[in-house]
Amino acid sequence: MSNWPFIVAGAAILTFLLARRLRDPLPKVLLPLAVAALFVACWHVTCELMTYPYKQPDGTIRWVETFPNPWETVLGMREPIQDGTLLRFAVASVYRVAVGFGIAAAIGIPVGLCIGWFSRGAQALNPLIQAMRPISPIAWIPLAVLWFGVKDSAAIFLIALASFFPIVTGTMTAVRSIPVVFVRSAQNFGLEGFELFRRVVFPAAMPQIITSLRMALGIAWMVIVAAEMIAVDSGLGYLIMDARNANNYERVVGSMITIGLIGVGLDFLIRRLEKFDEVRWGFPNERELVTSDSLRIALGQEKVKTAIWGNLMRPGTFFRAR
Amino acid sequence: MSATQKVVVRGVNKIFPRKKEGDLVVLENIDLSVAPHEFVCLLGPSGCGKSTLLNLIGGFDRPTSGTVEIEGQAVLGPDPRRVFVFQEYGIFPWASVWDNVALGLRNLPKGEQHQIVQHYIDLVGLKGFEKTYPGELSGGMKQRVAVARALAVKPDIIFMDEPFGALDSLTRLQMRVELLRIWQQEKMTILFVTHDVDEALQLADRIVVMSPRPGRIAEIASVRLPHPRDLGSSEYGKLKNRLYELLGVSHSI
Repeated sequence: MSNWPFIVAGAAILTFLLARRLRDPLPKVLLPLAVAALFVACWHVTCELMTYPYKQPDGTIRWVETFPNPWETVLGMREPIQDGTLLRFAVASVYRVAVGFGIAAAIGIPVGLCIGWFSRGAQALNPLIQAMRPISPIAWIPLAVLWFGVKDSAAIFLIALASFFPIVTGTMTAVRSIPVVFVRSAQNFGLEGFELFRRVVFPAAMPQIITSLRMALGIAWMVIVAAEMIAVDSGLGYLIMDARNANNYERVVGSMITIGLIGVGLDFLIRRLEKFDEVRWGFPNERELVTSDSLRIALGQEKVKTAIWGNLMRPGTFFRAR
Repeated sequence: MSATQKVVVRGVNKIFPRKKEGDLVVLENIDLSVAPHEFVCLLGPSGCGKSTLLNLIGGFDRPTSGTVEIEGQAVLGPDPRRVFVFQEYGIFPWASVWDNVALGLRNLPKGEQHQIVQHYIDLVGLKGFEKTYPGELSGGMKQRVAVARALAVKPDIIFMDEPFGALDSLTRLQMRVELLRIWQQEKMTILFVTHDVDEALQLADRIVVMSPRPGRIAEIASVRLPHPRDLGSSEYGKLKNRLYELLGVSHSI
């Protein structure tokens, strides 16, 4: 059994303990890295523990791991990285998500604004939307292939479909929860029709729309893998299917990790939208969030600690009373 | 008579239908008239219908029966000549101070708009905050933006629904002083809803005291004290006692 995972785990735990004493930008980087390191260490140890006996032709027994360990995974990705397949497939996946998501947003936001604003619209269309929404995008794959063939457009259609419903529902809810005081102010200053929409309804709903876009993008990125497994012959989802068919599980896991990392990147990009002056009011300020200190005080941990230490350290516990 | 009056409310009732507990009578038989350039406070405990009455006069709601007229014309809806200032500010957090104040002036030529906006931002003491967003302002400053936005359209009437209710008591005092200064300068009619006896006494020409469930006008008290008012004078004290009596609370605790 290798011992590096234990060293890494020790270092990670040490980082956790130290993080409380460090100044702010540092833990923000160090803590996730420590968690990642701990995860990799656990992964490796689990691989070494989860083995099954394999009887070799010469009669001796060899213990075979059932899951590729971290290093094998990296090695498994060497070929697709070197020949450019990984980059090409990643770009293909991101492209499909971008186009499908863009279409969904371009249709979903105006539709959501309208059915949110006109209450009759919501009454008429909401039941249909709520009935369509729970149908998994994966269930649409046969139809998508039938209509579009094994092409980009099939995957894009599925992505657009998958992100459309969260965007419409989110936008609709956003409009319906606009505080009445904004609408009254707007009416008071004579805003009507399109101008009311442009100057008040849309900006007032924007923070929640961004939140729904973020959710939709997450869903889209999940769906692309499923779509690419069946509906096309390129992309990260296809890479997984292809690797599975070749019995190359190192590459399966490596592709999964790639998908996760790109997902983090996409989420980071869309969260940039929250920083604009026009929408920042809709997102809680970090200063206003509960800090660990205020939480500790609220939970009374500080008091408990003083009580325990205070009593333990009293003369007579460890030290002889004079 | 109504020709000389700015606002005339005649025989207004407002009933909110409820299924289980029976209809709720919020306003019963309200008669009120307000003269041009007058500062009138609607004073009463919460639930007495004072905000509902203000909404009716402002055109955000319709009376169940009775009429509301402004300058002899029935009120059919909100109008930029009559501007509301809400307790929860009502200014837009997605727009800068400048853009908020410019809201009612969007159809004016750029140069004129620029001049008016700057004038009112200066008037309410927000010079230097033109590009700031409301999220970065204090409660008092937000309410100043709302006041500047209202003043910028040169309204005949300003409706204020507990505009300083969310502010701390020191800021509130300061805002009252400034409101009086602006009112004397701009000479608009102000209808001001409050539950604060001192606030009403410091600001109003007349105080409409309302009683709750159903909301009725208990008395209309004239405050014949010149501004700035001496809050320690015996007349002020007497009026204050009278108002507390009308509101059904003992002033001496």
